Amino acid sequence: MPAPVITIENLSKRYILGQQRSKKDGMRHAIEDAMRAPLAWFRSDRGTKKQKSEFWALKDVSFQIKQGEVVGLIGRNGAGKSTLLKILSRITVPTKGRIRINGRVASLLEVGTGFHQELTGRENIFLNGAILGMTRVEIIRKFDEIVAFSEIEEFLDTPVKRYSSGMYVRLAFAVAAHLEPEILIVDEVLAVGDAAFQKKCLGKMGSFAQSGKTVLFVSHNMEAVRSLCQRGIWLKDGQLHADGSADTIIQSYFNSISTDLSFSDSSVVHGLEIQKVSLKNNRGEEASQYRPGDSLTVEISYQANDRLEKPYITLGVQGINGSCFTANMLLDGHQPGFLEGIGKIACRFESIPLLPQNYTVKMAIREKSGQTMIVNYQDVAYFSVVGDLAEFGFKGDYLARAIRSTAVVVPYEWRLPDGTTARVAMRPLAD
Amino acid sequence: MDELIIEAGRTERQYWRDLWRYRELFYFLAWRDLLIRYKQTVVGVAWSLIRPLLTMIVLTVVFGKLGKMPSGGIPYPLLVFSGMLPWQFFAAALTESGNSLVTNSNLISKVYFPRLVITISSVITSFADFVISSVFLTILMIWYRQVPPAAVVFLPLFVLLSFGASLGVGLWISALMVEYRDFRFIVPFMVQFGLYISPVGFLTSVVPEQYRLLYALNPMVGVIDGFRWCLLGGQQSVYWPGLAVSTVGVVILVVTGLWYFRRTEQTFADVI
Repeated sequence: MPAPVITIENLSKRYILGQQRSKKDGMRHAIEDAMRAPLAWFRSDRGTKKQKSEFWALKDVSFQIKQGEVVGLIGRNGAGKSTLLKILSRITVPTKGRIRINGRVASLLEVGTGFHQELTGRENIFLNGAILGMTRVEIIRKFDEIVAFSEIEEFLDTPVKRYSSGMYVRLAFAVAAHLEPEILIVDEVLAVGDAAFQKKCLGKMGSFAQSGKTVLFVSHNMEAVRSLCQRGIWLKDGQLHADGSADTIIQSYFNSISTDLSFSDSSVVHGLEIQKVSLKNNRGEEASQYRPGDSLTVEISYQANDRLEKPYITLGVQGINGSCFTANMLLDGHQPGFLEGIGKIACRFESIPLLPQNYTVKMAIREKSGQTMIVNYQDVAYFSVVGDLAEFGFKGDYLARAIRSTAVVVPYEWRLPDGTTARVAMRPLAD
Repeated sequence: MDELIIEAGRTERQYWRDLWRYRELFYFLAWRDLLIRYKQTVVGVAWSLIRPLLTMIVLTVVFGKLGKMPSGGIPYPLLVFSGMLPWQFFAAALTESGNSLVTNSNLISKVYFPRLVITISSVITSFADFVISSVFLTILMIWYRQVPPAAVVFLPLFVLLSFGASLGVGLWISALMVEYRDFRFIVPFMVQFGLYISPVGFLTSVVPEQYRLLYALNPMVGVIDGFRWCLLGGQQSVYWPGLAVSTVGVVILVVTGLWYFRRTEQTFADVI
């Protein structure tokens, strides 16, 4: 029976909202307080008398992770995943509860933390390594390995500001990959980089897991979680919602989110409030289940408190293997003249050539220059495609395996040596 | 194997061990700051000489020539530069370390290491300029054929004192800056103001006797007096009660600075 390496007991984290922005809480106020009660200022209970709205990012979370376990942490945005990782990485402290950790921890909450644009690749390897906790001797020892892994030998003495984003990420991950901790904590690192690089990262993490190390992994890429982790932990609203085998947890996660259609975040940025994002089927009804080849309409209800000129809206459908297709105003240029007041924008995907799987919809809105993102949500809506593929002319022996590797199927036709042709297309079924 | 316990408000014991474990990071951060400082500049490192040189000329003209302040028989440029050496270090350290946490906020919100490393290494970075300037001072002393007195052996103590003053104020300001960006405006003002209220362009002896103890509350007074006593000697006797006050002030600054820094450090990532 392996010993627990991470024991989390009744962990809670409270954030005081508006901690830095509220005018009331500025320095003038602090000085005023200090003048009125010079001694109270030095006591630690300073400020608690003030009424502030608070938010519990984590509430009473307890679980254990054993030596050698590879655990996937899943949940929607704002469920407390990042907060948990931040506490585990000692970036912030818990409000209540405690964690016991046995072993050297390395946490990667971001690729390339501390990289400096002006410094060369070589200089950044040393800097980043030191920031991640490596000693100079260690870095020198692993230097060649890091460079080989990153595949950027020839640009080693070029400032990283001249790197392509792919090179940058490869170099950054290469440093992190050579940390040799006993416990690895990873947050969405794979969200960046090209497919080949992501595969390499997953491979590295896989071999790390196989060597008996403990891994705690957060990702929205469910396929990555599924292939890497044995165990899944699902956080919901700051609480531990479910804990079990990765496959079961991911399945029930998808089942739950696809029934919960309404998008509930209503943060206001640039005066724009996204009130609801709903998915509608051929008949214009809200739905979470589609058949291959159905039409899918994404409808965004917004309230623009300030007039928003020529925003760029991009939608993307993501499968478990990554992006499938997109509707992108940066490409097509069909921006609305402006958004003002309450309104709706819809986008109809005529025929979704998707294999039966679970999908998420991501959405971003940029302001008219196309540079600044006003809104960027990875998962505004969820849906699943269901259906028996045999009905669509798929009858291969390896259907189950093929489904995992790809999601989009455009109509195609085989022309075989004997002169026969075979056409495959996912068309909507007649109702 | 060491067990790490993460709990609300109980990290002290672990902290100092971590600070030791991350000791190389002091060097790496200072090295980074030095490397990038003069990137894409034309004259590069020469900037760390040009600035004090021009300030020296201005102060010599204003206080020495126009103000006709007493120099105690020492060439006025030398008098000014020996005061400016610790002052420039203090001013640079104040500016650099004051902003250090905010400019490194990407590190603070993404990776753990004792945050003291950031602030201390920014003081070390400023110390590099100090070293460059001291070479220039040596040249200046040779030029004026000024032989340092025997008291020069105490110079390291005053360097330490100036380091302490810089660190103490730096700790306070960097930690305060995390929550109150007001200090972004206060610091340049302090630096500008400080140049005139510290005895950089003149000798402390111009300050009326009855105010000298009060004047010594500015920790840089003790430091600058000390530097002059060690380097120029002669009539530059040290006003001992004043030095004592300055030293105690520096110690208090460092201790309270550490206390405040440590107390707020845990919430840096949440507030920054």
